Amino acid sequence: MILRSHLVRTFVNHAVTVLCGLMVLLALFPLGSLLWLVVSKGVPGLTFAFFTSLPTPVGEAGGGVGNAILGTASMVALACLVGLPIGIGAGVFLAERGDHAFGRTVRFTAEVFSGVPSIVIGIVAYGLVVLPMRRFSGLAGGLALALLMIPSLARTTEELVRLVPVSLREASLALGIAQWKTSLRIVLRTAAGGLLTAALLAIARAAGETAPLLFTALNNQYWNFRPDQPTASLTVQIFNYAISPYEDWHQKAWSAALVLLLLVGLLNLAARYALRKSAAGVRT
Amino acid sequence: MTAPPKVKVEKLQAYFGNRHVLRDVTIDVPPLSITSVIGPSGCGKSTFLRCLNRMHELVPGARSEGRVLLDGENLYERGVDPVHLRRRVGMVFQRPNPFPTMSIYDNVAAGLKLNGFRGDLDETVERCLIQAALWEEVKDRLRHSALSLSGGQQQRLCIARALAVEPEVLLMDEPASALDPVATAKIEELMHELKERYTIVIVTHNMQQAARVSDHTAFFYLGELVETGPTEKIFTNPDEQRTEDYVTGKFG
Amino acid sequence: MAGHTDKTYELELKELRDRLLTMGGKVEAAIAASVRAVTERDAELAQKVKASDVEVNRLEVEVDNACRRLLALRQPAASDLRFITTALKIVTDLERMGDLAVNISDRAVDLAQAPPLRPLHDLSSLADLVEAQLKKALDAFVERDPEKAEEVMKGDDLVDALYLKIFNELLQLMMEDSRAIRRATATMFAAKHLERFGDHAINLAEMVVYMVRGTDVRHPRSRAVAE
Repeated sequence: MILRSHLVRTFVNHAVTVLCGLMVLLALFPLGSLLWLVVSKGVPGLTFAFFTSLPTPVGEAGGGVGNAILGTASMVALACLVGLPIGIGAGVFLAERGDHAFGRTVRFTAEVFSGVPSIVIGIVAYGLVVLPMRRFSGLAGGLALALLMIPSLARTTEELVRLVPVSLREASLALGIAQWKTSLRIVLRTAAGGLLTAALLAIARAAGETAPLLFTALNNQYWNFRPDQPTASLTVQIFNYAISPYEDWHQKAWSAALVLLLLVGLLNLAARYALRKSAAGVRT
Repeated sequence: MTAPPKVKVEKLQAYFGNRHVLRDVTIDVPPLSITSVIGPSGCGKSTFLRCLNRMHELVPGARSEGRVLLDGENLYERGVDPVHLRRRVGMVFQRPNPFPTMSIYDNVAAGLKLNGFRGDLDETVERCLIQAALWEEVKDRLRHSALSLSGGQQQRLCIARALAVEPEVLLMDEPASALDPVATAKIEELMHELKERYTIVIVTHNMQQAARVSDHTAFFYLGELVETGPTEKIFTNPDEQRTEDYVTGKFG
Repeated sequence: MAGHTDKTYELELKELRDRLLTMGGKVEAAIAASVRAVTERDAELAQKVKASDVEVNRLEVEVDNACRRLLALRQPAASDLRFITTALKIVTDLERMGDLAVNISDRAVDLAQAPPLRPLHDLSSLADLVEAQLKKALDAFVERDPEKAEEVMKGDDLVDALYLKIFNELLQLMMEDSRAIRRATATMFAAKHLERFGDHAINLAEMVVYMVRGTDVRHPRSRAVAE
């Protein structure tokens, strides 16, 4: 009797483990197939010229997405410049002093906004920046991306800062360190690891958005170094290439997609390396 | 001729919202000695401690009234900067709380660095670690993470950190309650050495620790200071019946 | 206020108290019997008293052990501490009082073998007096009554006076009749033992005052010199 139930239990244990393993494989499958697809279709089109040259008209061979890479990079940089301080700052505010009506309103707004479709964000940016400026611009594109980053960054920052134990804050205050310095130098520093991940996620999302850029930065076939002009971006370029009827443009779309993936991947690795470096300064 | 008290508390009241948790507390803390604060759970002893360095008012809805005089200066006077006073009245907490992202060295130096100190940090860090009886154990690994130390060592690190800003009074809120008996004994020995330079007030729920360690004892019950006096008297022949009952284990 | 939260501790303290009282009772009985053995020249009673001292000694050991155990395991404070340290001290006095009863019984054996002396009313009176002193001291202990203990301390003068009277009478007797010297000396020793018995009762009373009030009232004369 006891032996039999033991055998049954062991069997069930193994069966469920196998089942879970299968689920993992199932979950990894789309990711794997995506990577496989992009890499296999995109690699043929990757040349040095692809990274550095301008797009060519239909029919002409060669050309690349150099300006789109620059455009994406510059607009994401602008988005970070604006979005990271505001998003993280809002998160810290909500965590430390957000327990009243105003704080609740801000929190609610952030939650609502983080669920708004990105195309709507694009339209908002159109109304706020493009119309007054009477032109499409990289500035508007960057700001649209910032608007996208801020709500989720604020909420994640708030969660992370709340996770920092009260005892650390108390220890700092008890040393005669002012409140604001405590928040900045102690609390944020402790939450830094998590914040970096949150920021990276926000940046990766921003780099991969297409819809908001459609109404703000538009696109540009030429090199552009001015923020007040329409700016090319990898995502819009991929869109344009992909919906076209031309075979070689489709090839370029795959390659551009691969470039985008590589860019985001590199960013991730660089940031993790930087984090490990700063943690290694403090040996365990 | 006895020295004037280092800290003089006059009619201190403390509230959490509408709850009156400390009533009319009046007590003198003698200098360069250890005063222990004992009493059953919820009697207000931790609140009392936190009123001495104005940490109590940091809790939303909390406030206090009355006077707390440090060398004659009222800490609750208008215009007194609580941040500044916390450098004169330091605190060590129940659970060791070193800054996790910083090394041992940086932890000790934190209070000074973040307050713009520009002198010789190395000398200060060494001095404080020696005073906290931790130097010998960590001198070869100052750049290691603070979390690599044991619980007892972390608590001594927190003491060193508190000493670095050169306080005059050191408040200790059940500093050894999270530690094993050997670590506890080390902390108690440390307190004996520290009282030659600092005035120490310690809250403890362990009566035997209060008996071992302190020169004076204050017994709190339900938010009131019931009795205070030399430790020996409190534990051999207290004046108040409530003190007698608590100390002999009839309640609490 | 209810007793100690730890009921086992409460019980241990009660048992200690009961043991001391049992010991006190036995010592009271022993002294009464030993003096009766002297006045009635009853050697058999004397032997019984000597045999029963074993009990008293056993109780002393038990009380000592109990006190040591309580000190080690309970870290007693305030009134509990004073009670236990008092117990440690008075158990010594009680054991010595038991020994004094044995000593008197030895004298009783000697005297029983010889022809009787003059009737010894005063000896019985002295015995009654010191017995009452012990009883009052033990009552003061049980009732935690320092005033009663102080009465015991004051009663010492009477004991000393009565002893002196007996001493002088016996001295007179020895001077009148040299054949009575041996018996008179034995009787004198018995009286001395009774006087010492009274002194131990005083010690007991002094410890009771300390236990209740927390002030040490022993050796008033030396303390007066020191202060």
